[in-house]
Parts: sequence; C-alpha cells; structure tokens
Amino acid sequence: MKLTLKIWRQKDSNDKGGIKTYPLDNVSEHMSFLEMMDVLNEELVAKGEVPVAFDHDCREGICGSCSMHINGQPHGPDNAITTCQLHMRSFNDGDTIYIEPWRAKGFPVIKDLVVDRSAFDRIQHAGGFVSVGTSGNTQDANAIPIPKADADKAFDAATCIGCGACVAACKNASAMLFVSAKVSQFALLPQGKVEAKRRVLSMVEQMDKEGFGNCTNTGACSVECPKEISLENIARMNREYLKASVSGE
Amino acid sequence: MSVLDAKIPEGPIKDKWTNHKNKINLVNPANKRLIDVIVVGTGLAGGSAAASLSEMGYNVKAFCFQDSPRRAHSIAAQGGINAAKNYQNDGDSTYRLFYDTVKGGDYRSREANVYRLAEVSANIIDQCVAQGVPFAREYGGLLDNRSFGGVLVSRTFYAKGQTGQQLLLGAYSAMNRQIGKGKIKMYNRHEMLELVKVDGKARGIIARNLVTGEIERHSAHAVVIASGGYGNVFFLSTNAMGSNVTAAWRVHKKGAYFANPCYTQIHPTCIPRSGDYQSKLTLMSESLRNDGRIWVPKNMEDVQAIRKGTKKPTELTEDERDYYLERRYPAFGNLVPRDVASRAAKERCDAGYGVNETGEAVYLDFSAAIMRYGKEKATVEGEYDASEARIRELGEGVIEAKYGNLFQMYQKITDDNPYKTPMRIYPAVHYTMGGVWVDYNLMTTVPGCYAAGEANFSDHGANRLGASALMQGLADGYFVLPYTIGDYLSDDIRTGEIPTNTPEFEAAEKEVKDRLESFINNKGTKSVDHFHRRLGKVMWDKVGMSRNETGLKEAIAEIQQIREEFYKDVFVPGGMDELNPELEKACRVADFIELGELFAVDALHRTESCGGHFREESAEEDGPQKGEAKRDDKNFAYVAAWEWTGNPSEAKLHKEELTFNDIELKQRSYK
Repeated sequence: MKLTLKIWRQKDSNDKGGIKTYPLDNVSEHMSFLEMMDVLNEELVAKGEVPVAFDHDCREGICGSCSMHINGQPHGPDNAITTCQLHMRSFNDGDTIYIEPWRAKGFPVIKDLVVDRSAFDRIQHAGGFVSVGTSGNTQDANAIPIPKADADKAFDAATCIGCGACVAACKNASAMLFVSAKVSQFALLPQGKVEAKRRVLSMVEQMDKEGFGNCTNTGACSVECPKEISLENIARMNREYLKASVSGE
Repeated sequence: MSVLDAKIPEGPIKDKWTNHKNKINLVNPANKRLIDVIVVGTGLAGGSAAASLSEMGYNVKAFCFQDSPRRAHSIAAQGGINAAKNYQNDGDSTYRLFYDTVKGGDYRSREANVYRLAEVSANIIDQCVAQGVPFAREYGGLLDNRSFGGVLVSRTFYAKGQTGQQLLLGAYSAMNRQIGKGKIKMYNRHEMLELVKVDGKARGIIARNLVTGEIERHSAHAVVIASGGYGNVFFLSTNAMGSNVTAAWRVHKKGAYFANPCYTQIHPTCIPRSGDYQSKLTLMSESLRNDGRIWVPKNMEDVQAIRKGTKKPTELTEDERDYYLERRYPAFGNLVPRDVASRAAKERCDAGYGVNETGEAVYLDFSAAIMRYGKEKATVEGEYDASEARIRELGEGVIEAKYGNLFQMYQKITDDNPYKTPMRIYPAVHYTMGGVWVDYNLMTTVPGCYAAGEANFSDHGANRLGASALMQGLADGYFVLPYTIGDYLSDDIRTGEIPTNTPEFEAAEKEVKDRLESFINNKGTKSVDHFHRRLGKVMWDKVGMSRNETGLKEAIAEIQQIREEFYKDVFVPGGMDELNPELEKACRVADFIELGELFAVDALHRTESCGGHFREESAEEDGPQKGEAKRDDKNFAYVAAWEWTGNPSEAKLHKEELTFNDIELKQRSYK
C-alpha cells in the first residue's frame, strides 16, 4: 500500500519542532508499524538524510520502549498492544498517518519521537520496592501461602511495562495508572504490606513533583494501556493513600 | 597453546562452594565504602549484581543503553525459572538439576559451576518471593510449577508468560531501593565503548552518553560485564534490536579470552518469518510444548494443498499427521531439548514438509490438550454429560489461563487464532551459550574484569535447557559475584579512587573518538543495516543450525569481505554530538562482524557435533541413534577460549580441559 506519513521532527530538546510529510510506497500489510518506520528510515539514509529517531527495543510488546502517538492515539488504533505489535493490516491503502511523540510536561522530547521518561524511574526510586536485602537468606518461598486471587491480581498490576501511554492518553497528563499499578502490586501481597503506608505517600509525592497532572476519572489511560491495567488500581491507590494520610505511618 | 586454570576449589563437588566461601578474602564493611564497581548492563545478571553489591556497601555505577534499567532484554523471557525446590515431590534435588543441566549442555560445561548453580537455585525463588515477585500459585496459595524440555520433573516456577518481566522488575526494584539511597549511580542511555586497563587491571570504561554524544571516562576498582548475548550477529534473532556484543567484544580485544563462540541456541518455537523487511523474530515460549503437539502432514499432497490454501490443517485426520518428535523420541516426545527439536523441524522442512509459503514452518497443535483439559474441567464442575463443544469451550478456558498472553501475542502478529487452528512455528536464534571466558570466580582473563549472565560462557555447555537462563543470571548476580568479587577487591582497600586524568584513560578515549569519527566521516553509500543483513544471511546459511567444513570456510571468506566493504562503504548520517541511532548501530555491527568471523573459526575447529553445534561430518551412521549428533569426547572435551591477536582468524586457541568426576559421560539420548 501507499501511505502519507506526517511525522514530528525535532532536532533536540531546544528545537521547536514541527510536522514533516513523507510519502511511502510499497508497504506490506504484514509489516509491523516499526518495520514500516525502518523502511522509511532506510530510504532516508539512502537519500543522505537523517532518519527519524524513535525508541524501540524488544519489538514484542514487553520492554515498554516504543512510544508513538499514532493518529491521536498512544500506540495507534488497536487495543491492548504496543506500537511494535501494531501491524499495517490495521491501515488502508492511501491513508495519511500522523505520528507524534508522547505529549506531557513530565516527558520532555529528546529528539523526534524520543521522550525522556526518567520521571517514571524516579517515582520507583521513591518507594517501588520491598525493603528486603538480596541475601537469599529469607524464609522459604512457600512459608506464606498467598490466596491465588490476590496473587493473580498483584500479577495483573505488575504486568505494567512503564511505557507511558497512560500519561500520553490523559488530558491531564496524569501518571496515576502507572503509579497505582506498582502501589497495588505490593498492597495486595503480604510482603509489601509492611511498608504500604510509607510507599504510597512517597510515590505519590514524587509523582506530583515530576509535574504529572491529577486524575479526573476519565479512564482514557486504561483504555489505551497496552497491558489493560485496570482502573481498579487507581481506586485502590486512592484508598491506600487516604488510609495512610489519615492514620500516618 | 596454554592450559587455562579455572581455579576450581578442592574437595567434593557438594562442598566446593561452601568451602570456597569460607576461605576467600572479604572486604570489611567500612572499607567497601572506599571501593567502586562498574556494572555494564542491567538485565537479570547486571541488575541483581548492582543491587547486591551496593547493598553490601560498594559504590556501584551501573550502565544501560536503554532509557531505563527495566527495559533490558531479560524482560522478554517468557516461560520460567528452574529451581531444585522439589515442591512437587517428584524426586527433584540439587544433584538432579545439576545432572540435567550438564547432560542438557552435552557435557561441555564446567561441573563445579553447574553444581553451584543448582545449589543456589532454591534461594533465588525465596529471594524473589520476598521481593514481591508474583509467581503463579495454586488454589491452596502455594507456588505452582510447570515442566520444561529435557527434564523429567516439574521444577519450573513461572508468572504466566511473563516470568522474565517479573524477575527483572524484582531486580529493578532492588536497584531502585539503592539508587534512591545514592548507593547506585545509574547511567541510563549510556553505552560502554571501551575497557580501560591500568597496570594490567580493569580500572574503568569509556562510555558514550547516547543523548548528548559526550564521551565520558568512568573509573572503578573492578568492572562487571553483564551485557547479555550476541544472537544478533545473525541479524534476525529473538533478541531485542539493541542487544549487542560490544561490551563483551571490547573486553575481549583488551585481553579477555572469548570462549566457545559457536555454541548458539536455535530455539524451536518461534513465529516464522514473513518477508524481507522482517526486523526480528518472536519467540513462543517453550512452555507451550508442555501442551502443544508438533507435527507436519505425512503426505506431500496434503502439504501442497495446505500451502495453496485448499486444505486446512484441522481437516487432516490423526492418521494423516506425522508427530515426528513423538515418533522419533518416544521417551521425551515433544519435550526433547531445544537443539534436538530444532534440528528435527529443519529435517522435516528440508525434506519438503514445511507448512507455509516459505516452506519453513511446522505445526504446534493444542487441540488434544484443549479436549483433555476440557474433560477434566467438566468433571470438576460436575458437568458429566457436557457436549463436545462445551468441553472444547472449557478446555480453551484452561489453556487461556495458562498461556493467554502468548496466544494473544501470536494472534496479533500472525492474524491467526491459535485456539482454533494450530500455530505455525520455526526455529530461530535465541541464546548464545558461548561468551567471555571466566574462572570459578566469574573473573575473565583480565584481572578485575568480571562477566556474568549470558555474557559469560560457563554454565550451559553446548546447549542450554529451558528456564535456566533466568536462573543463571540471578544466581551470578545475587549470589555468586557479590562473594567472589570481594576476594579480588580485598587487595584494593588502600588504593583510593582511581583517577581518570591518566594516559591510559586518555588513550582509550582517543581510540573511541577516532572510531566514531571515522564512521561519521566515511560518507559511504550503504546503510549499516545493509551490512548487518548480509552478515546475518551468511551466518544463518553457513554457520546456522548445521555446519560443514566447506560452508564454514566460505563463511569466513565472505565475512572478511563484508568487513572490508563495511569500512569502505558504510554511510552513517548525522553527527557525533547528538542522539544518533545509526552511529550506535555502526559501532555494534563493526563488532558483530569481527565476532562472526571468530564464531565461524570456532565452529570450523570443532569437528565434533555437540549440543547446539551440529557438524554434518559428525553424525551417528547407524544403530538406533542414526543421524543424531556424534560427540567426540576424546578430542573435544575442552572449552575453546580464544585470545585476540589483532585478527579474528588468527585468534590464539587456549584450552580448558573439562573433567567429569561426578557425572559419567554418555551419549545424550532422549529416545
């Protein structure tokens, strides 16, 4: 198929940036979206131009690197997938496709479609862990049975890949879904309960410091989330936060 | 040719690690504050090592080329992690895990290291559970296990199809705790481009800040390379796009021997390629072989009808299917080790029975498992007279609970529904058992330079069993390296900070800058990917699943040709002082080309077949094992460790003789 690509180009964080148009021919419907971008970049290199920079690595939907806003949607039109899993069969011959970076104050653009998501790391530094040493001299793994339902819920929350689509989808650029996924994982497990209060308070504090907006229960984050992280996690984090704020540590 | 000393401790195998830990030198807690350690790579091995070393008190500087340590490619491991817990009471033990791993590795791994791995395996699970890793559980609340290829027990712990992700996030969380305390200084989007040696010891690295392009000097008292494997030398592999050999290759060129480069694992269950634009291959976890049956049609007419689209696989009766693994290996069936399963798929496809347009695919079929689970579930639910459709529905539910995300991933990529029609799979390059040579302490032949995880060579021999990579990465990082590195660092308590304004750092930095400038100024006509694809094709065609002398010699000549053309004609757009992915790729591909040549040289010198290395000249000629790989223990029971001398083809061979005191060398039979 034949496509018209409208891609955000921005030389570096100081550049103002803007949309540039690239026609692209001979796109196969079996290609992944990023393979289509590879073909474009190969053409640009052949013409001696600077290719479009974008983050990508595993190309199987798990590392969370890829991060394209496609036709106004994080990770493009299909649900429950990352950009690297999107295939060109989701588009039609003759389509015009707009490709932009995540847009959020907390995620400044580094170049073209590459943004700086280190704010997510800093939120994790604030409390996204269980304070246990790595000595291995802990109790036997089966010493504390955990109800399967709790373990499964904790797992579902833990499948967040930290891509940032939730922030990009939110009109307030809120990071609540991301933060609540980690808070929930640990709040649901006995190992994490010990520090639950301190964790939720300090992670939320860091989230606010990073300039992410507030949650107004629109739910766009969960709809666009490639891992379908549930809104229930936000509700759980709000409960945890309220409890911790009222009762203190 | 010299003989390498692996520094294996004395004593019976089951006491070696304990005795060694009791005797090695320690660094006292106050002195650890005075010592810096660099860790390159933040996957399971690097992440866990960084966390443990900093917890112990060392100052750690950790580097990853991704934008966050959480994105290292360990994250993509699907199936599980082995541990000799014997929770299933099926007779598992440290010895049995040790035995299975040595046998699975086709008797080309170091006994003492493997025993230690098996010994610490149980602790890994305890550790991860304590960190809040949400492993799969049974209804009683205890941990669940599954079974993997090449073994007869259920010892694999898992978190659906995202075990690697959950374990890596566990290690990442342990790192985060230390980063928050300032004990780990994390350098994201940084790539190590050179090792710096001072007085023969590893004392630092030169790294490029990938955002600004700045070339930085970083010093330390020891350097740990945990940069993963080199499967991307094949261009197409299941590795992430950024996975590369550069850190490992740079230490090799500075004196670290590179061991068994030709030992590569070709994973049997990957999604077949669909076109020339293909950028990578996707793995379907081996755990699927627990419930999936592998087959191709018996009759050529059916193969042709399927390829034309006039017949569907589901229309073939049981009699018309060739379950070739069950036929050839009745004892292990679909659960034979990876190398055996891969070669068997290639054998059928080479014979013309491949089931897709390219002729390179076999079926992985879940219909039998769906019906079996459906019946069980119907009984449990009290639906004794459930219809076939109802049984199928219940069975699909069970399969979804076990493999839901894998099935979803398959469907997204191929647009086929694997609940209704069998998956199509084909082998792909997945893991490299070879790597930087290390002794029992995980130290390379450069003093103070260590290698951990997939980047080293030590535990998997010529073939790795499923669910053992995660085990080894975490064992090295959490439990082995933090102890053994102290033995070396105990000499450094009075050294003080290593200055970076020395001639050694200056020279290494200049080397890097010259290399980068030469790429930018080359102004050739072809992209980096052009050369990488060509290299990959030579590797796959002639140094791939099966190898012979003629092909390997051709490959060496062709790779040399590619190297020459690469330096003459590569075009790298953009500049040095900016985010420049093409420049990053150029550095990596330059190293892949050199490694590829050494890889072929190693495969050529090893005239036996063993594990993932299949030499066509060395196969059983008759008897029940006809056509299977033929090992040559008399001449090849050694580790081939290659020393850089300026040219891959002139690398100098050093041998570490492998002795097996606790396991009898046998032909690996899975019949």
